[in-house]
Amino acid sequence: MTGNVCVFAEQWRGQISEATYETLALGREVADKLGAPLTAILTGCNSRNLVRSLGVADSVVYVDHPLLAEILPQTCAAALVQLFLNTRPLALLVPLTNISLGIGTLVGARLGVPVINFCKDIQVAGGRLEARCVMYGGKIEATVGATGDPAVLGIWPGARPAEKGHIERAVPVTDAAVVLEDAEAIRLSKYIEPEAGDVDLTKQDVLVAVGRGIQDRGNLGLAEELAKALGGAVCGSRPVIDQGWLPLSRQIGKSGLTVRPKLYVALGISGAPEHVEGMKGADLIVAVNSDPHAPIFNVAHYGIVGDVLDTLPVLTSMVEARRAHVT
Amino acid sequence: MHILVLLKMVPDVVEDLEIASGGTALDLDCQRMILSESDDHALEQALLLKERHGAKLTVLAVDAAEVDDALFTAAAKGADRVMKIVGSDAGLTTRQAARVLSQTIAEEPGLMPVDLILTGVQAIDDLDGLIAPLVADELHMPYLGIITGIALDVSSDTARAIKEYPSGVRGEFQIQLPAVLGIQAAEKPPRYVPVAKIRAAMKTVKIECAQVLTLADGGWPAVNVLEMKQNEPAGHAEMLEGAPAQVSARLCEILAGRGLF
Repeated sequence: MTGNVCVFAEQWRGQISEATYETLALGREVADKLGAPLTAILTGCNSRNLVRSLGVADSVVYVDHPLLAEILPQTCAAALVQLFLNTRPLALLVPLTNISLGIGTLVGARLGVPVINFCKDIQVAGGRLEARCVMYGGKIEATVGATGDPAVLGIWPGARPAEKGHIERAVPVTDAAVVLEDAEAIRLSKYIEPEAGDVDLTKQDVLVAVGRGIQDRGNLGLAEELAKALGGAVCGSRPVIDQGWLPLSRQIGKSGLTVRPKLYVALGISGAPEHVEGMKGADLIVAVNSDPHAPIFNVAHYGIVGDVLDTLPVLTSMVEARRAHVT
Repeated sequence: MHILVLLKMVPDVVEDLEIASGGTALDLDCQRMILSESDDHALEQALLLKERHGAKLTVLAVDAAEVDDALFTAAAKGADRVMKIVGSDAGLTTRQAARVLSQTIAEEPGLMPVDLILTGVQAIDDLDGLIAPLVADELHMPYLGIITGIALDVSSDTARAIKEYPSGVRGEFQIQLPAVLGIQAAEKPPRYVPVAKIRAAMKTVKIECAQVLTLADGGWPAVNVLEMKQNEPAGHAEMLEGAPAQVSARLCEILAGRGLF
């Protein structure tokens, strides 16, 4: 793997994640610009059947071990560090997801090399890697020189379309052995499936999403009225769920649902990458936010700068009037 | 049972963020600093565990602007001991901060032994790593992140932690203590504490100070920020301008034109 660009391929519950394919697509671009091979590293237990879906890579290193059946950051980092003891790639790209979060940090620390998180893009300038990082809830973009042996880069979901990184084909596979300590310190007891919500948000054509800008639980009714007028349902970003204003089944984003409605109205949602991950595939995105620099306007098709509490009642009454006129 | 919570101050992104003259960092002198949101949840989770198990709760933070307010607030909420680490330069990277925190936990009297270390899963400025796994590795403890619930079994020195996965799936893990957990969200929203109670804490509670023990260079090359700039909307959205009635009317036309009525 010396001189290669490597991507950590996360498998969870028997499948390669979408974020892995997105990261592989970015890794493919970087490798091509550097004239370097792209290697996917897959860890798991009896998961070798998944390597075929990593065909965008030139090769796959597969590590099979009972302790790698679930992705636990310290165990996976220990495996990766062993792989890199004798052969150091140019770069290791790790998806920044709920599955793999922490792995890049630990690999970098144990190898004594820098880690760069929050990458949405990687460019090659003069043969060197430069990461474009989205920080501070999406409000700041930093260009960071990626050095290291390897450069360890945490990649935000959505860096590239997943379909660009998902090619099914046979690729050369190297089976690598690692020695892992079974400290029995962390054990998965069970998975808990999400409780079915009263509404299946993934099947809604229209979603009205509320964020911190809704200010108070008492204002949720305004969003519900708009959703009713549009024939849709209300959902929310993480802060609204954490406050208990909406149930977990209504959360959109990294830890919640991924939706692709015909219309997504984002009300008072800043547009942090964790939320965008779950709604960027909507056909039409309309955002209302009082902050003209809110990153939600980077993903929205139409934007309104203003207080959602001022805009909502007017918009709802106009939608209702149009609906009445049409019918 | 001793629970340690690690807090971090971050710029308040509700306000405009100013880039320092060098163009490679925020001008922290211009920023209002607040407690990192997930750290607030870590503190709440610790308070819930303290109430259930009668644990001793210590809160530790690296010195930063407004950190005293955060520590007094933690004391007003129920922390037994609040401490800040002084003597480091402002603007430590996350990896440097993790090293400083780990050394202090290991060396400062009364911080060890600890059964559980809680901190936020990720802060908005964690460019070069995450605090929780770094501290866990330094202290040779198990780590798990994206936690939204914890139940302790004091008799067996274990914790049952709930970790979030995509699509609303959660995983229940059995974890041997002591351990470091990165908290995504507490089981309940962070509690409100009246200003009067915080003011009372300011009069009665002493924030202990621990000196940075060694230089925090960590022995690794630092990340090389070449440029930092405001993330201007990239012109993706067509902005509708005017009074609420005007923008609403225009939006209705757009939605009707797309067959959404």
